[in-house]
Amino acid sequence: MEKTWNNKAWFMVLPVLVLVAFSAVIPLMTVVNYSVQDTFGNNQFFWAGTDWFIQVLQSDRFWDALTRNLIFSGIILAIEIPLGILIALNMPKTGLGVPFCLVFMSLPLLIPWNVVGTIWQVFGRVDIGLLGYTLDAIGIPYNYVNNVFDAWVTLIVMDIWHWTSLVVLLCYAGLVSIPDAYYQAAKIDGASRWAVFRYIQLPKMKRVLLIAFLLRFMDSFMIYTEPFVVTGGGPGNATTFLSIDLVKTAIGQFDLGPAAALSLIYFLIILLLSWIFYTVMTNSDAQS
Amino acid sequence: MARINLDHIRHAYGPNPKKPSDYSLKEVHHEWNDGGAYALLGPSGCGKTTLLNIISGLLQPSEGKILFDGKDVTNLSTQERNIAQVFQFPVIYDTMTVYDNLAFPLRNRRVPETEVDRRVTEILEMIGLSDRAKKKAQGLTADQKQKISLGRGLVRSDVSAILFDEPLTVIDPHMKWVLRSQLKRLHKQFGFTMVYVTHDQTEALTFADKVVVMYDGEIVQIGTPAELFEKPKHTFVGYFIGSPGMNVLPAKIDGSSVDLDGQKVNLSFAPKFAAGAKMELGIRPEFVRLGREGMPVVISKVEDIGRQKIVRATFANKPIAIVVHEDGEIPAEPKITFDPNAINIYADSWRVGGEA
Repeated sequence: MEKTWNNKAWFMVLPVLVLVAFSAVIPLMTVVNYSVQDTFGNNQFFWAGTDWFIQVLQSDRFWDALTRNLIFSGIILAIEIPLGILIALNMPKTGLGVPFCLVFMSLPLLIPWNVVGTIWQVFGRVDIGLLGYTLDAIGIPYNYVNNVFDAWVTLIVMDIWHWTSLVVLLCYAGLVSIPDAYYQAAKIDGASRWAVFRYIQLPKMKRVLLIAFLLRFMDSFMIYTEPFVVTGGGPGNATTFLSIDLVKTAIGQFDLGPAAALSLIYFLIILLLSWIFYTVMTNSDAQS
Repeated sequence: MARINLDHIRHAYGPNPKKPSDYSLKEVHHEWNDGGAYALLGPSGCGKTTLLNIISGLLQPSEGKILFDGKDVTNLSTQERNIAQVFQFPVIYDTMTVYDNLAFPLRNRRVPETEVDRRVTEILEMIGLSDRAKKKAQGLTADQKQKISLGRGLVRSDVSAILFDEPLTVIDPHMKWVLRSQLKRLHKQFGFTMVYVTHDQTEALTFADKVVVMYDGEIVQIGTPAELFEKPKHTFVGYFIGSPGMNVLPAKIDGSSVDLDGQKVNLSFAPKFAAGAKMELGIRPEFVRLGREGMPVVISKVEDIGRQKIVRATFANKPIAIVVHEDGEIPAEPKITFDPNAINIYADSWRVGGEA
């Protein structure tokens, strides 16, 4: 059959191109524009070259915030992934418990981020919050407003409360897709509970775990709303993550040049780390 | 190795079964010999796999007991019963090598490593995967994977029985034949009690000493391949075994004479049956003689299948199949006779004998 050659296909992709242009390319290019120029208002721009990038990369403020980000993501991944697997393994596979558990699990995911922040902000308050008040009443000193450790614990517990469900649901989807014959064969082969997990469940969950890991890493690395609502980046700068720092620079100080440079660096870090994780994890798959 | 007793086993998947139709497996009460090779044969959904899973202990029967060598094992787990089972679709441990896959059931039972190596090497040789022993099992083809599953079933030397649940479904026809002969050889060599579930009659008849034919949750006949062929106990067996299946014709019976819609056939015995039962005459196409003598038929089609011809005809207003030798003559005015020794009489689908 003769193949038809014409340019109609361009019309098909045009809406997507327009959408992507307005939602991603144009804003990104605006940021690039700011990052290499300096302005004092009146729409007058002066070429700055790589000055802003050098300034950001040489500031302690940037490296401190980046370190906080990495520690935060590291901690929540180390807790949420194993905890999510554990909960998914113990969820019912059949019966009335299934819809109940699924709805129950998705609840935290349905709550808007700033509401999650507000809930925990109030929950943890020493004067009126149930958690803060109770802890104080039973003699455990707790105050997320002026204690660095307490502020971090609050943010981490809040993130676990909010996002472990996502890991659970993904793992659960991986688990229910395992045919019964695998479990029956394992029984017949005399496999222990651990061997079933190690050789059947974990390998079958590998792909969804990769997705869970990437999603949780990217999201936690970009965390903004919840710490902004709960701690506002304090006490001091103890919970000032890159995103909070960025907003302070851009909107607070109105340093558009350094803020633009910081956004681009921030973007590249997430892109690079996600790419590394993805490559490492899929390569270990391909090697076998 | 063990003798298996199924003592009034019944099973229903739903709770509180009341009617007979609530049971996926109707009452089974049989003894299977130690070292026997049994095939469970029947169409999909007839309860074969249910019965197999009850024997292996993956399923608890709703009623009845299972005994291995006289010992009640109904409440024992699969592991305690020491059963090996091979499933319809390959089950392999993706992350392990082929060797480790085969060693897995032995290592779980803390068999010494030298013994593990001896057994695994032997099985690898048998399934022809020695050259892939150190490779990950993940990249193999479906039939290689299924060979690993088979191998895991055979690797333990001390099992009570080995159960096969349609294990050759995913294997291509040539390999099927090779594996089946290997299984048969192993059976002769080691005398395992083997139970083999299949819906393929050739597979069942070539593999087993005794074939258990199941239909609608019920065992309709247990017998050697010859018994199933010559004396099917139930019209279903006649229809299911043999290609083409047995001709079953509605009949009126008076003493030892049979009236097939006007055509009369005399029997060598007088069947005994309850009044009002639905009577049928069964005759295999191989025992219908086509010639110039006998009862008239109208031929509608002749299928040539090489060594034989299958003649499709209408006899007494019913379709009938006749097997004719490849150079057998088909007369212009065809008539048929039945081999009197090959006639079976059925009352309400069950075979009835008679006093000679």
